[in-house]
Amino acid sequence: MTVQLTHFSAALVFALFASIVFGITHRETTRDMLRYGLYCFAMFLGGALVAGWAMWLVRR
Amino acid sequence: MANSTPVKTRPAAEPARPASMMAVIAPAAGWLLPGAGHIIQKRWIRGLLLLVSIGSLFVLGLMMQGHIYKPNGGDILDILGFIGDLGAGGMYITTLAMNWGQGAIAFAIADYGTKFMIVAGLLNFIAMADAYHIAIGKKR
Repeated sequence: MTVQLTHFSAALVFALFASIVFGITHRETTRDMLRYGLYCFAMFLGGALVAGWAMWLVRR
Repeated sequence: MANSTPVKTRPAAEPARPASMMAVIAPAAGWLLPGAGHIIQKRWIRGLLLLVSIGSLFVLGLMMQGHIYKPNGGDILDILGFIGDLGAGGMYITTLAMNWGQGAIAFAIADYGTKFMIVAGLLNFIAMADAYHIAIGKKR
């Protein structure tokens, strides 16, 4: 069985799972874990979007 | 003349905790099955979340026809890929035993899959370190 993800959905899945692990392993309390996980998720996705637009600008 | 500066005193050293078997067992269990190091220390939710996250990343990578690295002494990137994959522990051993993930990387998504599996292994190394820290009492 194979899976075909788009570039964006692959980035989304990666950001989601990596953020969960980072949140659990890098903070002590549940509240801090949640906040840090959300922060990492936003940074992963935001970084991918910014990098994508930057490459689009460079290409023009 | 008396010196008015406050004398710095060292904080009392924390009493040494006896090294428990859990400090060895938890990371080892976590390596074999992601999250198991947390589960055997009764961190059920954390363990299950780690299992689902790392497991899903690895399985998705495999289903995206990613390539799994075998032990090698060639190109530095291949060696690093092997080290990353090795972190997935039991999943990596199973994948090698079943001869999965041996195809050539023919398209971009397959390359993403390869990276998914490497990152799953690296994240499992972090989870193992976290399980160890819980076992020695450094983290709750």
